[in-house]
Amino acid sequence: MKAKRLVKLFAVIFAIALTAAACGGGDSTATSTSECGSDLAVAKGDSVTDLSVALVAPSAKDDVAFTQSMVDSLTRLGIEPQITDGTFVVEEAAAAIRGYAEDGVNIIIAHGTQYGGSLAEIAPDFPETSFIWGTASDNQGLDNVFAYFPEADQGGYVNGVIAASLSDNIGLVGPVEAGDAVAYIEGFIKGAEANGASTSAVYTGSFSDVALATTTAQAHADNGVGVLTGTSQSAVGAVNVATANDIPWFGTQSNTEAWSSDLTVASQVYHWDVVLADMITKIESGTLGGEAMALTLENGGLVMEFNGCYDLSADAKSAAEAAIADIIAGEIATK
Amino acid sequence: MSQFFTVSVLLATLATAIRFAVPYLLAALGETIGQRSGVLNLGVDGIMLLGGFGAYYTVLETQSHLAGIGVGIAVGLFMGIVYAYVTVFLHAEQGISGIGIFLFGLGFSDLLFQELVGTPKPIKPLPTLDKLPGVGGIFEPLIDIPVVGELLFDHNLLTYFALLLVPFVTWLLMKTTFGMNVRAVGENPQAADSLGVSVAKTRFIAILIGSSLAGLAGATLSLQLAIFQHNLTNGLGFIAVALVYFGAWQPRWVLAGALLYGLVTATRIRWQSLDIIPQSASDIAAMAPAIITILALVLLASRVRGPAALTKPFSRH
Repeated sequence: MKAKRLVKLFAVIFAIALTAAACGGGDSTATSTSECGSDLAVAKGDSVTDLSVALVAPSAKDDVAFTQSMVDSLTRLGIEPQITDGTFVVEEAAAAIRGYAEDGVNIIIAHGTQYGGSLAEIAPDFPETSFIWGTASDNQGLDNVFAYFPEADQGGYVNGVIAASLSDNIGLVGPVEAGDAVAYIEGFIKGAEANGASTSAVYTGSFSDVALATTTAQAHADNGVGVLTGTSQSAVGAVNVATANDIPWFGTQSNTEAWSSDLTVASQVYHWDVVLADMITKIESGTLGGEAMALTLENGGLVMEFNGCYDLSADAKSAAEAAIADIIAGEIATK
Repeated sequence: MSQFFTVSVLLATLATAIRFAVPYLLAALGETIGQRSGVLNLGVDGIMLLGGFGAYYTVLETQSHLAGIGVGIAVGLFMGIVYAYVTVFLHAEQGISGIGIFLFGLGFSDLLFQELVGTPKPIKPLPTLDKLPGVGGIFEPLIDIPVVGELLFDHNLLTYFALLLVPFVTWLLMKTTFGMNVRAVGENPQAADSLGVSVAKTRFIAILIGSSLAGLAGATLSLQLAIFQHNLTNGLGFIAVALVYFGAWQPRWVLAGALLYGLVTATRIRWQSLDIIPQSASDIAAMAPAIITILALVLLASRVRGPAALTKPFSRH
């Protein structure tokens, strides 16, 4: 029994080491470039835990955005969770979270800021269950809740730097002024404007209204923007406008090459697995929560993925890598 | 503000407003016919979602917009048969039945999307007149007409169909025997029945027309956006139902309401993109279309009377 535990602990440490080796430290590991035309599907890693895991998320598991970034991250950790997706309605998510807890699932990931209120009610009822919740920068003082959040402004800043090298007029399509969406948009604006571009950001007021995102992107295109970016699952509408108008696109959360293989320049991709691996190690050693962890460029939780199909100049790429190095060194403030 | 009042920006805003209004208009015109017969269908949004997915998936698989539109209408027709059977023949309460249809449409369209598509895949968008296969060249000079060319001719065929539907529905309701029967069963089904009008048959047909148009509205939305996603309509069908009240059950005023809603939405987005509305006020701006609709409804509600038998099931016994 003791030997089995030791092997399991070793496997977790090994997985973390692999993740760190793949993603952490230095500017070269905070970026990657896809091979043009390659399959974007994430390869399943070796399982880091025998504990049962469930995921509750607001949008579809294949949304090329927020939820898919989590599913991909779990895949990298070799975890096949039970999934309840499409739960924009918080009450439905709460029922799913409670249901998984009652079924004895060991780790329940509540992947949505809006689930925080429900979690505050549910988590104390199941002290033996570990809940992982985000995006949130604090765990609400609950001992069995881990929180996670991306410093999305960092990747936003880098995307902004690259975008400014392509155009001096940039349009941004935001969903709601909250969470990582507003961090990304504001970081992007800061990076673009620091490099001489002018920006126009419009928040549609909805994470899911594709029609509004489309109309907003079209308004930007009519205004003559040379670059578009946006966030949330509704951004697929904006990507269509970018494609129709031949405007370069910058993505965030997941790699948006799946939507626009030719015009996606770069995407800030969330690698939640970096913090999840850390949390799972702690859960297996008996600590079920009590901490908030951030995804950053430095810890490899945020990875800038360049599109191999897009012919980005060497200067622009160098500027991006310099910005990443400066952000990691603390020489650029992205907030 | 001055940058908004340029010809190009104003025309682009108006063109966006028209594009935005088309799905509302199609769904609201269909709902107008249904409500004039005394049947409220709160399931419009769900039918739109199913029609929208049917059209999207068909185009994804066949590359044929015509087939997609046909499937969208067929899905609407089928849902109309279900709704009509439940409300007309089983005399179910219309509000609850409509909500049931909506929830079914919301859930089932998402289920089908997840199972059959998964990751959202863009399809080719509906072509504008100048890009119509074979005949597009005829319209190219029209789009080049200064000032109004793009505003009037840079739309897809469904836009013109929706606009032409306004006088057609007016004629249908006001000038035909069927329309007279629809209005009669919507006002006083007992009296209509005593005069030999089949209330059930008239309502049944009115619901089928309305639901087919809701399916077409969903198809228009997904084909215009060239994508489908969970809850693509985002409550658009409920706005369409509100527009029927806004339009006082008159097709021309329903058109006015749809265009106003589209114009307010397009204007606020344009103003935000031009930084006329500061970013700090974006949340308030996002509410503007809904607030204007509610205000209009409040102002109109006391002045206009709807069909007297609206939402009331009819039974001879």
